[in-house]
Amino acid sequence: MLGKAATSTQITHLQRLWLYLLCGLVVVFLVAPTLLVVPMSFSDSRFLQFPPPAWSLRWYRAYFNSIEWRDATFISLQVAIWTMLVSTVTGTMAAYGLHYCRLSLRRSVQIALALPMMIPVILIAVGVFMLFAPLGLNSTISGLVLAHSTLAIPLVMISVSAGLRNFDANQEMVARSLGASRIRAFLTVTLPQIANSVVSGALLAFVTSFDEVVISLFVAGGDKATLTRRMFLALRDEIDPTIAAISTLLILFSIVLVGASQFLRPGSKT
Amino acid sequence: MTPEAGRGGAASLPITIRRLTKRYGKFTALDHIDLEIKSGEFITLLGPSGSGKTTLLMMLGGFVQPDSGSIRFGDQEVVLLPPHKRGIGMVFQNYALFPHMNVAANLGYPLKLRGCRRDEIADRVAKALELVELGGYGERGVHQLSGGQKQRVALARAIIFEPRILLMDEPLSALDKNLREKMQLEIRRLHDRLGLTSVYVTHDQREALTMSDRIAVLNRGRLVQLDQPRDLYEQPASRFIADFIGETHCVPVDVHDGKALLFGKVLQLDRPLRSAARAQSLALRPEKLHLLVGDVPPQLNVIEGKLRQHVFQGDSIVSYVTLADGREIAVRRSQGFGERAPEPGDSVRIGIAPRDTIIVPDDEPTAPT
Amino acid sequence: MTMAHSEAGQGLNATALERSARNEQLRLLFLCAPALLLIGIVALAPMGWLSGLSFVGKDGLTFANYERLLHPSYQLTLLSTFQLAFVVTAICLVLGYPLAYLTAQMRPRAASLVMLCVLFPFWTSLLVRTYAWLVILQRKGIVNTWLENLGLIDEPLRLVYNFTGTTIGMVHVMLPFMVLPLYAAMKSISPDYLQAAASLGAPPVKAFWQVFVPQSIPGVIAGLIVVFVLSLGFYVTPALLGGGKVMMWSMQVERAMEVYADWGAASALGVVLLVMTIGVLWLISRLVGIGSLIERD
Repeated sequence: MLGKAATSTQITHLQRLWLYLLCGLVVVFLVAPTLLVVPMSFSDSRFLQFPPPAWSLRWYRAYFNSIEWRDATFISLQVAIWTMLVSTVTGTMAAYGLHYCRLSLRRSVQIALALPMMIPVILIAVGVFMLFAPLGLNSTISGLVLAHSTLAIPLVMISVSAGLRNFDANQEMVARSLGASRIRAFLTVTLPQIANSVVSGALLAFVTSFDEVVISLFVAGGDKATLTRRMFLALRDEIDPTIAAISTLLILFSIVLVGASQFLRPGSKT
Repeated sequence: MTPEAGRGGAASLPITIRRLTKRYGKFTALDHIDLEIKSGEFITLLGPSGSGKTTLLMMLGGFVQPDSGSIRFGDQEVVLLPPHKRGIGMVFQNYALFPHMNVAANLGYPLKLRGCRRDEIADRVAKALELVELGGYGERGVHQLSGGQKQRVALARAIIFEPRILLMDEPLSALDKNLREKMQLEIRRLHDRLGLTSVYVTHDQREALTMSDRIAVLNRGRLVQLDQPRDLYEQPASRFIADFIGETHCVPVDVHDGKALLFGKVLQLDRPLRSAARAQSLALRPEKLHLLVGDVPPQLNVIEGKLRQHVFQGDSIVSYVTLADGREIAVRRSQGFGERAPEPGDSVRIGIAPRDTIIVPDDEPTAPT
Repeated sequence: MTMAHSEAGQGLNATALERSARNEQLRLLFLCAPALLLIGIVALAPMGWLSGLSFVGKDGLTFANYERLLHPSYQLTLLSTFQLAFVVTAICLVLGYPLAYLTAQMRPRAASLVMLCVLFPFWTSLLVRTYAWLVILQRKGIVNTWLENLGLIDEPLRLVYNFTGTTIGMVHVMLPFMVLPLYAAMKSISPDYLQAAASLGAPPVKAFWQVFVPQSIPGVIAGLIVVFVLSLGFYVTPALLGGGKVMMWSMQVERAMEVYADWGAASALGVVLLVMTIGVLWLISRLVGIGSLIERD
């Protein structure tokens, strides 16, 4: 079996064994570390020992019993949901507008809307902080939502634009010929068919906001601290094993979201 | 087959197109098109790709805006109106049925937009399905339909709200030959029944000849001829049109003092030359030519040549004849020659009636006929 | 409707049509307005403000903030920032290229499984991943415990809170960003080329280097840009895994803001980072074309 040709260019599996091994190692490298956190969360010890000396659920209890952690989680969820809504609506509108617009101005708008992806987040965070300070938006949910949306909108746009490109433009034309205004045609004909891309974008926006660290460090202070901010400070200052429990829960959450997104977009790449 | 154009149904309207122009950079898609379409008429826009026919149709629909010009439906200027306010029905080549709705929902869509009541919608949907012989198909999903069925649903959807005008953009190109010919007749019948003003776009000249009251031939953005099918076929206005419509072989002729000469001989014509241009051709339709045996009737024009071969084509025999200048023309007849068949290599004489002797200018006329 | 009178030389209804076409296009562009406003005001405008602020010192306009950056410690930071970015990018290329290559050849189901693994880090929180590396790399972490048990070392290795740990953590974060564009580019390379090369007598390895690799270059460049630019400005992983010994430019920015509350200094640092980022992007866009960056999906 190893002697069989692997590809049309006749090199055998055996000769490529090193390639398979290397790739296998890389894949393990990508996935395993995250999963190693899971057993750690059931460790009874205060210290990062592996394998853990004893098993217990104490860190999960610590998380659920702690008002600060629960509050932080709640804040993160709130911000993520609002960010998802704001960025999905504005991002979808922008994707549609850019898709059909023929003006030369379009290029510049496209670049402007993609900039948040290209500028280092730390700069955006500093800028946002400075902007919000006189406006009193630091340490508020609205401020966080606005800031996170700048990161999420480009991602929503990429997803929705891909969906629009695969969409048969004739259908919107037909709908308009049948008597629907552009908006009506979009809502009744186009949107149902690009729903997958829109929802994917929405999920991506949610995750981006929920996992966002740097901006939250600057903008989410005090009693509006996000989960990520708390975790970051806990990691930097003292390694609280509660983080292991939270991490495991987050991993579970991610798997659910990945499952949902895969379900929505069979056969397409990110 | 051709009911009187102009008798149109109660709601159908005439279309008046004036000086419609569209340029994309240096490329002129439409060049000052003037066209009057009668109420209830079935008119086809015919031409090769790039001729502007689809662009013109899209302008009628409101999806492409001209640079300048006027489009009137009846008395109303519509060139500035958005598509959904024009009251047109449109059928596309790829049907563009809404896949996320079933057949009934597709048909009901325009009615729902217009605020019809549920029961009225159900009623009209059922009637429309009957009209296109798809009664009972309402619950089917779009992907469950065959190509022909999809096209019929698309048609039904385009007319269910009683538009004043029907536009069709090569709706049958995606179907196979037999289905296409069947659908051509069905669409024509539907048109006759409803009396709608219909504008049909195709590049298939046979289709145009079959279905239309009149044909508007477009080439490179200009309207080069507007005529009934028979007139277009028998009296093309230029070499391009003669080549495009039906099978033709063109042979250059000399033009002097209003006379056309082929190899020095004056051709007998039954009408004056269309154009005074120097460069003109004799457009020969194979089925109008006769391989002469024996005496030559004096009223026929005669062309001499050498027979190259006969080809049996099932319903006809085509004989290829080489002329003095090396050109080859074809003669088509529906029966065999019997015993007196000319052999390949024989000198033959081809007769053509003055009525069928068509002289066409090589260039497009500057004004449409 | 009103009668349209023909305008001599301009064409019937020409001005009205032009206006209508323009309005339609503007209406479409206005759909972008909310997104543009949000991003413009919240993310982009502050960049301008930052630039201005960088020239403001305690007593008004000054170059002092920038002069301070000439101090050796900042130069060291600059060096280690670029160093880390280069190393991480190189390692990602070495590890990512074979993986993308193999995955591009796989059957669709196997390939999507691999891509799922590659994308898995995207969906997992950055903090969780960083924490995982702390668990694995630290003195009593997994690696050291196993190595000690196996008798391979006497003392725990210093794998974290230094350059090594930071590199490992960053590679873990950046690898998907390298693999994705590579994979996309490789999938679009038609197998016809390699088959043609084989039929012309080229041995597989030669065909690979002479036919396949050159065609994968656009993907390589895309991956290199993304990883390098991201690594330049990255904050979280170096901050947590570097233990203060790996000073990145982004950390200097944070320090100036949080610790010293010196907006002027932070701005100057920020402007420099911005210029570096734009510089790198501009450089590459000259080679490749920035349109392909945005529309590479």
